[in-house]
Amino acid sequence: MSRRIVVPFGPQHPVLPEPIHLDLVLEDEHVIEAIPSIGYVHRGLEKLVEKRDFKDFVYIAERICGICSFIHSVGYCQGIENIMDIEVPKRAQYLRTIWSEYSRLHSHLLWLGLFADSMGFENLFMNSWRIREKILDAMEETTGGRVIQGSCKVGGVRRDISDSKLKDMVKDLDILSSDIEDLCHVFFDDDTVIHRTKGVGVISKEAAYSLGAVGPTARGSGVSTDIRKTGYVAYADLDFSPVVETGGDCYARCAVRARELLQSVDIIKQAVDAVPSGDIDVKVKGNPDGEYFSRVEQPRGECLHYIKANGKKNILRERVRTPTTANIPALVKMLGGCEMADVPVIVLSIDPCIGCAER
Amino acid sequence: MKLFSMTKTIFKTLGRGPSTIRYPKEPAKRYEGTRGQVEIKIEDCIFCGLCSMHCPSDAITVDKPVKIWTIDRFRCISCNSCVEACPKNCLCLNNVYHEPVLNGPLTESFTGSAEPAEVSSEN
Amino acid sequence: MTIEEQKYTDIMKEDLLKNVKDKCESGYRLVQIGCGKFGDIFEINYSFEKEYSFENLRIKTTEGEKVPSISDIYWGSFIYENEIHDLFGVEVTGINLDFKGNLIRTTVKAPFNVKNVTKVKPEKKETAEKKTEDN
Ligand code: SF4
Ligand code: SF4
Repeated sequence: MSRRIVVPFGPQHPVLPEPIHLDLVLEDEHVIEAIPSIGYVHRGLEKLVEKRDFKDFVYIAERICGICSFIHSVGYCQGIENIMDIEVPKRAQYLRTIWSEYSRLHSHLLWLGLFADSMGFENLFMNSWRIREKILDAMEETTGGRVIQGSCKVGGVRRDISDSKLKDMVKDLDILSSDIEDLCHVFFDDDTVIHRTKGVGVISKEAAYSLGAVGPTARGSGVSTDIRKTGYVAYADLDFSPVVETGGDCYARCAVRARELLQSVDIIKQAVDAVPSGDIDVKVKGNPDGEYFSRVEQPRGECLHYIKANGKKNILRERVRTPTTANIPALVKMLGGCEMADVPVIVLSIDPCIGCAER
Repeated sequence: MKLFSMTKTIFKTLGRGPSTIRYPKEPAKRYEGTRGQVEIKIEDCIFCGLCSMHCPSDAITVDKPVKIWTIDRFRCISCNSCVEACPKNCLCLNNVYHEPVLNGPLTESFTGSAEPAEVSSEN
Repeated sequence: MTIEEQKYTDIMKEDLLKNVKDKCESGYRLVQIGCGKFGDIFEINYSFEKEYSFENLRIKTTEGEKVPSISDIYWGSFIYENEIHDLFGVEVTGINLDFKGNLIRTTVKAPFNVKNVTKVKPEKKETAEKKTEDN
């Protein structure tokens, strides 16, 4: 009969750059149970909505997360626009789509790097981040910010991208996508990666669905769900289908993200081809009155912004449910029964972003 | 060649030279549209206070009676909100980041008269 | 652009478990549970989704009243219910993984339920805010 011990894990951990603490109940090297606790970085950003003009809150909404920042602002603006019945110009919708996909590229490349790092594959980590740098450069050039783009506002977007610049961006992406393909092959084929990820942290399709997992975590288990398919911004006009893998293990989740990179490149190309000319914003008059659940697909999964306003300048309540929150129950289930050494890999495989989970 | 799937990437990388910049020897990357710091043309300012009202991080304070416009560089998040709010278009965002400093706070004040109250260090 | 249809059903607190069970049995997934305080009333939204159709159940409760947990039906609901307890001080009974107020630890208890969060010291709050921006 082996002894049970409890090992505290995190919030400071060499391979886990997220403030999450886990109490791991171990029997020898096996994890029997894992109890997560978060709560180290609560900032109370949702409360700030009561003090800010609703148009200025977009800056704060954007700073909920430092990685999916652009998509947070899209979620927030879309909520307000739908409450106020604002018709956003087509060009702005397309630009939002393009920047959203750029965010996805940068987030997934960041994650692939961190994931390689959690396996101890430093070289792959640096290679992913080198490609990511190019994406960030394109973002900085077009929006003015590397990670906090600040280019989405209620009623449209702040900056336009000229058509010639759009063409150049696509050309750059063509060059990059061959690099990305090479990178994906390493993640798909390399023995080291397969060894550390195949069969690790398995969660079945039924479990993933009933636990409310979202994004690549759900898609890696064969649940075909992608909020982009609801057709917000310009996604309704573009042709794509959710990337689904059926393994349910870390390898499958990694493969979903790797394949989504190529999908994003494809979506950007389609969007650039179809982008109409015209205005990029409309004037916003009055104040919002009503409520709306705005759902967007972030790199980590579905994100929900609930906005309730009563016709004043300040909104009554904004609630943000970030994808990481929804994935934590699934993570707890994955951790039960794994090996101690695999814990960092599994935790990273849901792409946790605790900072935005607590807001 | 499963064990050597990195080889192609490695050879490609060898021919490419470093991907990093030797900062500060070489200047950092900068684009025309990069959001850097707020600059003010104080002569045009009417001290209406709209910029401070719209600043999400409360970085700007405007003192109307004595005509002083103050910005806390550490609080500023370069969001462009004040620039859009200003009715006189006297604010703009340049594309240079502030140099690193050892201790704060880093506030700069400008008064409505010809000279700035506290001489700013850049530009 | 497609605007998602918003469906709400106001239900009584007593019927919550029954309604949630129905949703679970007809194959809905739990999207979120979110709380908001409007005047003296706490509104709690339970959002569900099935094949991109999005629905909400809404209950209303007041200070001091207890809300039953749905974690027997949806195992993953503990994270939202603990959050509601920690941020709003609404007591949720029978959660499978009850953190007892330790999921989100704040200096001010139930920060979203008090009028003024800046009661500690204005100075301190300012530095705390600055950290946020730097992140
Ligand atoms: S908004 Fe413009 S004019 Fe008004 S105080 Fe600010 S800088 Fe001066
Ligand atoms: S750029 Fe943004 S944070 Fe900086 S002073 Fe202007 S409004 Fe404030």
